[in-house]
Amino acid sequence: MALPQAKEDALAARLESLTKPASGGWLSLARGQAEARLHEMGLPGRRDEYWRWTNPTTLISPEVTPAAPYKPTDEAPAFDAIDRVKLVFVDGVFDAAASDDPAMAGVEISRLAEAGQTDVHWAREMYGLLEAQGQSPVKRPLAALNSAYATDGVLIRVTGKAEKPVHLVYYHESETSDAILHHCVRVEEGAEFTLLESGPAAARFNKVLEVEVADRASFHHIRTQGRDHERRAATHIFARLGTESRFKTFTVTANGVMTRNEVVVELTGDDALAHVAGAAMGDGDFHHDDTVFVTHDAERCESRQVFKKVLRNGAEGIFQGKILVQPGAQKTDGYQISQSLLLDDDSQFLAKPELEIYADDVSCSHGSTSGAIDDTALFYLRSRGVPEREAQSLLVLAFLAEALDEIEDEAISEDIRGRLEGWLSRRMA
Amino acid sequence: MLEIKNLHVKLEEEDKQILKGVDLTVEPGKVHAIMGPNGSGKSTLSYVLSGRDGYEVTDGTATLDGHDLLDMDPEERAAAGLFLAFQYPVEIPGVGNMTFLRTALNAQRKARGEPEISAGDFLKLIREKAKTLKIDAEMLKRPVNVGFSGGEKKRNEILQMAMLEPTMCILDETDSGLDVDAMKLVAEGVNALRDEGRGFLVITHYQRLLDHIKPDVVHIMSNGRIIKTGGPDLALEVENNGYADLLAEAN
Ligand SMILES: Nc1ncnc2c1ncn2[C@@H]1O[C@H](COP(=O)(O)OP(=O)(O)OP(=O)(O)O)[C@@H](O)[C@H]1O
Ligand SMILES: [Mg+2]
Repeated sequence: MALPQAKEDALAARLESLTKPASGGWLSLARGQAEARLHEMGLPGRRDEYWRWTNPTTLISPEVTPAAPYKPTDEAPAFDAIDRVKLVFVDGVFDAAASDDPAMAGVEISRLAEAGQTDVHWAREMYGLLEAQGQSPVKRPLAALNSAYATDGVLIRVTGKAEKPVHLVYYHESETSDAILHHCVRVEEGAEFTLLESGPAAARFNKVLEVEVADRASFHHIRTQGRDHERRAATHIFARLGTESRFKTFTVTANGVMTRNEVVVELTGDDALAHVAGAAMGDGDFHHDDTVFVTHDAERCESRQVFKKVLRNGAEGIFQGKILVQPGAQKTDGYQISQSLLLDDDSQFLAKPELEIYADDVSCSHGSTSGAIDDTALFYLRSRGVPEREAQSLLVLAFLAEALDEIEDEAISEDIRGRLEGWLSRRMA
Repeated sequence: MLEIKNLHVKLEEEDKQILKGVDLTVEPGKVHAIMGPNGSGKSTLSYVLSGRDGYEVTDGTATLDGHDLLDMDPEERAAAGLFLAFQYPVEIPGVGNMTFLRTALNAQRKARGEPEISAGDFLKLIREKAKTLKIDAEMLKRPVNVGFSGGEKKRNEILQMAMLEPTMCILDETDSGLDVDAMKLVAEGVNALRDEGRGFLVITHYQRLLDHIKPDVVHIMSNGRIIKTGGPDLALEVENNGYADLLAEAN
C-alpha cells in the first residue's frame, strides 16, 4: 500500500539528512531490509493511533531541535560505585580512550561499526531481526530507521556468568547531536548478564537494544536517562525469551523534554519471566511516554509491568501497555500497573492499559491510577516531627517503591534511590 | 505546661463552630483525662493542638511551655515535645516502620540541635521498647500500620511515643479496639513514661483505661466546651450514670 504523500515527504526529508554508514557485508543487507520496512511504514505521524498522546514531530524532523547539554556537578556519575566495564559514547560516537578494556571472561564484546567487515556470526543472525518481528501487530518506524541508519553500537555475546556488568555511558556534548545507536545482546543458554546504561546521549537520541535471552539464561538491565533537560529520546528494547529464562529491565528518567521508551517482549519458551519497570520524575517541560507490549507465546510464563511517574508543574506522563496472551499460552501470570503521583493540578497522566487474551487458563490483572500526595499520611509524618519536605520525599519514594523493588542488585538499587532522593530534595521546595 | 485558653475553632471549609471556648491546663507530671459524648470535639481539640489542616482558630490561645503552639508547623510542635496518639492511626504503604521512626527521631533531634542517633543504638532502643509492648520484630519491618490489626495500630502509637519521649502526650481513644491484655500493655507503656516532667491528656470513653492509668484530673467535654472538671470520681460517675445528669446540670 502506498504511503500518503505527507508521510512520503516526511520520510524523504528525514532520510535526506542522514547518511547510511558504510558497513559492507551482512550488515549492509540487514540495513537494506530495515530501510525497506521503513519505506512501507513511513515515519510516525500525529494521526497514528500509537502516537495519539505523544507528538512525534521533534523525533522525526530532519533537523534536530538544539538542546543545551546539562552537566550537573552535584552528584556522582551513575553506577560509580559498581565494579563494571565502561564503554563510553559521546554524542553517539565511541570514545575508546574513555572506555575500559572490554575483555572479560565469558563475554565477547565488539562494535557494530566494525562488524560489517568481521564476521560476528551470532550478530548477523540477530541484527534487526527482533526489531522486524516487533513491527507486528504495531508499527515502530523509528526502530526500523534505527536498524537502517545506526552508526554504531555494541554487540555483546555472553556465554557464562558475566563477572561484572557492562555499562554503556552516554554523554551529550553538542547542542545539535543526532545520535543513532543499535545494540545487540545475546545471552546464551544458562548464562547471566547485567547491562547498565546511563546518560542523555545526545540532543536527540534514537536507540535500539535487541536482546535474545536463551533457555535458562538471565538478563538484567538498568538504565538512567540522565538529568539533561532539553534532550529528546526515542528508545526501543526488543527482547525474546527462551525456556525458564529471566528478563528484567528498569529505567529511571528524571527530566528530559521528550522521551518515548518502547519495550517489546516476547516470551517464547515455557516458564520464562519478564519484568519491565520504570520510574519517571518530571518537573515542568517534560513529556514521558512508556509504551510496552508483552506477548505470551508459551506456558506458565510470568510478566510484570510496573510504571510509576511523579509529575509537577505541567509535566506529562503517558503509559500505553499491553499484555497479549496467545492461544496455548496457558497458566500465564500477567500483571500490569501504571500509576502517577500528580504534585499539582497542572500536570497530567494518560494511560491506556490493555489486555488481549486468547487462552482460557490465565491470570492477568491490570490497573492504572492517578493521585495526589495523601494529606493524612503527610500530616501523620509531620506530627511525628518529620519536616514537610522530607515527609513529601518519603511519600514520593514510597509511591515509587513497587517499581524500585524490581531492581535486584542492592548496590544498584542504592545508587538509583540516592539519585531519586537527590532529585526530590532539589525539587520539593 | 499545656495551657489552653478560651479556644474557639471552626472548620475552615464550612461555617461550623466545633470548639466553643475550651479552657484547660495540664501541669507537668499530671495525667488529665477528657471524656465526653461522641462528636463533642475531643478529637478536634487534639488535631488543632497538633496542627492539622482544615481548622481555623477564631479565638483563644494554646501554649506549650509558654510557646505559642498555634503558630508552629506540626513538625515544630513535635520537636517542642508534643505528641498525639491518633484515634485512627494512618497507614503509609511503602514507608517502613523502622525508617519512619528513625527519620522522625532524628528530625526531632536535629530540630533541637542534638546529634543523630546511630543505626546501632536505634536498633537496640527500638527492640527493647517493642519487646515491652509485645510488638514483634516482623511488625517493625512492615510498612507503617499496613496490615496491622486495630489493636496493633494502637500499640504502634505507644511504641512511637516511647521512642520519641515527648513531654506532652495526647492519647485519643488509644484504648478503643484493644483487648484486655493489650490495654494493660498500653497502660504499662504509658505508666512507664510518667514522670515529673511529662504531662498527659488522655481522651477516652471508658473508665476501664483509667483503672490502669490513674488520672489526676477528669474533664467532661460537651458541645465544644469543658462542662465539668473533677477528680477520678467523675469518671466513675460517667461510667455508672452516663452523661445525661451532667449535661442537664451544665444547662
Ligand atoms: N473535617 C470535618 N468536617 C465536618 N465535620 C467535622 C470535621 N471535623 C470534625 N467535624 C465535626 O465536629 C464534631 C466534633 O468531632 P470530633 O471528632 O472532634 O468529636 P469527638 O469528641 O472526638 O467524637 P468521638 O468520641 O466520636 O471520637 C462532630 O460533629 C464532627 O462531625
Ligand atoms: Mg474522637
